[in-house]
Amino acid sequence: MKGTMIIDGRKVEFDNEKNVLEVVRKAGIELPTFCYHSELSLYGACRMCIVEDKNGKIFASCSTLPKDGMEIKTHSPRLKKYRRNILELLLANHDRDCTTCEKTGNCTLQELAARFGITKVRFGELVDRLPIDTSSLGIVRNPNKCILCGDCVRMCSEVQGVGALTFAYRGSRMRITTAFDRQIGEVNCIDCGQCRAICPTGAIAIKNENCKFWELIHDENKRIVVQIAPAVRVALGEEFGYEPGEVTIGKIVAALKMLGVDEVYDTAFGADMTVIAEGQEFVERLNTGENLPLFTSCCPGWVKFAENRFPELLDNISSCKSPQQMFGSVIKEYYKEKDKNDGKETVVISIMPCTAKKAEAAREEFVHNGVRDVDLVITTQELALLIKEAGIKFEELEDESFDMPFGLVSGSGVIFGSSGGVAEAVVTSLLEKKPDNISKELMFKDVRGLANTKEATYQVGDRQVKVAVVHGLKNAENLINKIKSGEKEYHIVEVMACPGGCIAGGGQPVPVTGDVRQKRSLGLYRLDRSSQIKSSEQNPLIKSLFEGMLKDNHEILHVHRKEKADIE
Amino acid sequence: MVISSFEDFRKKQSLYQKSLEKQYKKVIVCGGTGCVANGSIKIFNELKRLIEEKGILADVDLEKEHEGIGMKKSGCHGFCEKGPLVRIEPEKYLYVQVKVEDCEEIVNETLINNRPIERLMYHFNGKVYKTQESIPFYEKQTRLVLEHCGHIDAESVQEYIANGGYSALVKALEEMTPEEVCDEILHSRLRGRGGGGYPTGNKWKQVSSFKSDMKYVVCNGDEGDPGAFMDRSIMEGDPHSVIEGMIIAAYATGAKEGYIYVRAEYPLAVERLTKAIEEARKIGLLGKNILGTDLSFDIHINKGAGAFVCGEGSALMASIEGERGMPRVKAKRTVEEGLWGKPTVMNNVETFANVRKIIMNGSDWYRRYGTEKSPGTKAFALTGNVKNTGLIEVPMGATLREIIFDIGGGITGDKKFKAVQIGGPSGGCLTEEHLDMPLDFDSLTGVGAMIGSGGMVVMDEDTCMVSVARFFMNFTQNESCGKCIPCREGTKRMLQILDKIIEGKGEMRDLDLLEELADTITNTSLCGLGKTAANPVVSSLKYFRDEYIAHVVDKRCPTRTCSKLRVIRINPDLCRGCSKCSRICPVGAIEGKIKEPFKIVENKCIKCGSCIESCAFSAIEEV
Repeated sequence: MKGTMIIDGRKVEFDNEKNVLEVVRKAGIELPTFCYHSELSLYGACRMCIVEDKNGKIFASCSTLPKDGMEIKTHSPRLKKYRRNILELLLANHDRDCTTCEKTGNCTLQELAARFGITKVRFGELVDRLPIDTSSLGIVRNPNKCILCGDCVRMCSEVQGVGALTFAYRGSRMRITTAFDRQIGEVNCIDCGQCRAICPTGAIAIKNENCKFWELIHDENKRIVVQIAPAVRVALGEEFGYEPGEVTIGKIVAALKMLGVDEVYDTAFGADMTVIAEGQEFVERLNTGENLPLFTSCCPGWVKFAENRFPELLDNISSCKSPQQMFGSVIKEYYKEKDKNDGKETVVISIMPCTAKKAEAAREEFVHNGVRDVDLVITTQELALLIKEAGIKFEELEDESFDMPFGLVSGSGVIFGSSGGVAEAVVTSLLEKKPDNISKELMFKDVRGLANTKEATYQVGDRQVKVAVVHGLKNAENLINKIKSGEKEYHIVEVMACPGGCIAGGGQPVPVTGDVRQKRSLGLYRLDRSSQIKSSEQNPLIKSLFEGMLKDNHEILHVHRKEKADIE
Repeated sequence: MVISSFEDFRKKQSLYQKSLEKQYKKVIVCGGTGCVANGSIKIFNELKRLIEEKGILADVDLEKEHEGIGMKKSGCHGFCEKGPLVRIEPEKYLYVQVKVEDCEEIVNETLINNRPIERLMYHFNGKVYKTQESIPFYEKQTRLVLEHCGHIDAESVQEYIANGGYSALVKALEEMTPEEVCDEILHSRLRGRGGGGYPTGNKWKQVSSFKSDMKYVVCNGDEGDPGAFMDRSIMEGDPHSVIEGMIIAAYATGAKEGYIYVRAEYPLAVERLTKAIEEARKIGLLGKNILGTDLSFDIHINKGAGAFVCGEGSALMASIEGERGMPRVKAKRTVEEGLWGKPTVMNNVETFANVRKIIMNGSDWYRRYGTEKSPGTKAFALTGNVKNTGLIEVPMGATLREIIFDIGGGITGDKKFKAVQIGGPSGGCLTEEHLDMPLDFDSLTGVGAMIGSGGMVVMDEDTCMVSVARFFMNFTQNESCGKCIPCREGTKRMLQILDKIIEGKGEMRDLDLLEELADTITNTSLCGLGKTAANPVVSSLKYFRDEYIAHVVDKRCPTRTCSKLRVIRINPDLCRGCSKCSRICPVGAIEGKIKEPFKIVENKCIKCGSCIESCAFSAIEEV
């Protein structure tokens, strides 16, 4: 519908905007909201986006259709009073320890309280404190900071199809909890951290493990080896004033060195290994026709989701470890002898865009004789805090390059961080004739980008390989149901839990909007375009590794999952 | 046996009517929740047993014509104050507060020998009221919707049909197009009885205007206001009238499925509705090709788990869909995107019960009742400090004076009338100045109250209005779904302030704060529950501000209701020092020496007042 509205006395044209709020924002007025996200269903609970019409009627703009001739005010004295009262009511019931809150400086409640000039709270203090839930390996839930906007609930059920979080109790006793009020670590949560990415306050935070990082760094007997996931390099800069998508990998390496890390490697190298191992596995399955389609296994959120929801598909999921775990075990293997000689113990710390990676690293199949493939997972956000804590002036750092022998990677390994990247990398590795930059972009345009579900068919040898790429587990669930019903048929399916892939993982800087996802993703594809090595198997270091250390030791690249029956 | 044509229906109806005439006496025992709780089922069984013992048939099956006494369990007669109630026809005797022991006498005297039993009849001011209709409680009422309640067997579809039931449906299907049905309802100006007062005809017309593969008719029976039981009584007493209204709505709008959302705390309503639906289905009034026509419609019952907010339309639909009962915001209205996103007619129980009367008698007839803008009648649940509590029905435009003093018989104990709370926690209080105001949707809204679903709580001079406001605020806070901030947090803080005031810790600025919060909650809440949550406080602040000020400034509760504000003193001139009070005091707050005046230790005293009652010398007084 098209028309003209009068907003604060000015004419504003609208054209297909979903609601009055969108029209107001188009007019350049940032109406405050807690619960409005265009990607989630309409909730209408925070009442901050209220507007007043010419008859003095107050209504929420998020849930009102724009009408031609509609006349509204967005900051009348009444509206200001109501907004301030709503904020004051929220603050009265809020754990206001902003100085020690991880979200400080990035908290919508704090920001709006400042914007509306709330300097005192007349309605009392938070009295009945609820226990903080630290049971998850990825996140911490502090209900005392929850404003019940329901963003996490909708994210978990509508986008991720998990539904681990829901509302319970009524009136002022309402809170967000899990089924039967269990701890979040005991339920079907997949640790993706999308709830914390959308949480406007400090009610859901990343489980901060920076203390462990410092402990390891300061331990003289440890050799600290760090691996950095592709998606980190296009997002960390945001914490230091860079644009989303701007690649700051040289500075990140330099910062890590300054923090005291011994060796800094690129997880894209792990990705290159994954491409080879998964490519081999895929060709085998194509030949035997067994366990098709092959589902990717890089994303631990997806793997846990599949275990919970589609246990019958576990044989279809690639047996390859994720790049993080694969690389972790290779590093441990690589330094085995050296450690003995130097009297040191190698510790692998990975820098990940992802909270689920924390849980993945702790899974029992990745622990051998008490030694973990990856000892500690630090998210992008935690790394930013480490850098700030150490007083490093990130912007002023001179770029440094990755250490050898695992610092040389292909462009294919780097695009793992974006939805579609894994599929593109695996297909590229199987092509006899590798495409150049321009033809690559054309060839893979169907699997790139932020569309919910993407599909394409590629000619690999004499075979037509049907590829599907899906991100956001609700989308994955829908696609799987179509595959199961026979409506869709594929040979390989790439699944990433987070919308957009790892670039928008639960450990990345927030807020994450569609625009931010787009920019970070483009950052990775730019890196691919400028990379010297296009395809994983062309990486000479990979070649020598597979011909050397891994020649008779392929085992360490694969997961030896618990039997299905053991999984709850 | 399925009734498969209009002709069939008329034959059946005439058979049932003939059978009904063969019942030379009818004994109608009230089977409403109030009377059932008082033992009316035992009375029913005992009467039936005694009658059958005498070799008289006491059956209500109307398929066969046979002589006998019709023993019926009816819906609520309304006069709950005097239950259990037994009505005898054709004499129209009403026996009140009947006990099992009275049954033998009723059978022998009234049923066999046709003699009234005076002692069981209603007495008031020395007068005995022989017939039910002559009792002032009934005499002043106009019963359209409650017509069958207390008069027919609530569990028999045959009796409903014999009494003209489903004739409106037949008329609509046989003589009217769906548009004509909508127009008739529109022209009747029937307004939603759930409280909103939205014109029902408009709703139906809108739903019928949307094209959709599926449409729904939803009956809102989630009556949750404290002290309200009109809808319950209709569902219990005349379930088929609700079903008939819904089928007519389905015909008018093109809906294929219906839901009745009833609270699980209304087990009798659930039971009777379930039975009614089954019976209607059995004879082809629900299901495919109703009465041999193209109309197919069926009804499901959905039991609510007792959340007050589920009476709010969108929360109710969320609840039916299996979601948490929370109101939803949506750009499109229920008539377009309602249950499961489909066009939906949602009306409350009483609204549906009005439909058959309008279709049967025409909208012009209907508009003779009530006021110009609010035609028809309204059922109220009359409770509180009034002599005759119960279920009543009056034309819209009746005054409070008529309801409370004529029908209700005045204030209990002949105390002074203080206020009446209309519309439960969403409504406001009305005072003496409103006693002669004609009640309808618009007049009530105009003075800050609302009809709501029709709960009417009468309060006498001993009622503390601050406590009443606190009671309702506590209710709303508990029943708020917790979704939107102003309602969830605002009602919590208002309740806190009210608690402070009744504990004597209030300050004058708290009154301003109450008003500021009320303004915010009213104007910004998501749903009706929040938008009206502050009404009890706002209206009591408006009409009884002095009482608030007495609590805040004088630290005194004028009605001596608020225990924390009581001041209890021992008059040293009267105290003989017997020590009885100090022994009775549950917290040991009274000290003294024998034969000398005792004293109350202020900071220990919990103001329970036990000492006042215990003192033989009236030496302890409340000041």
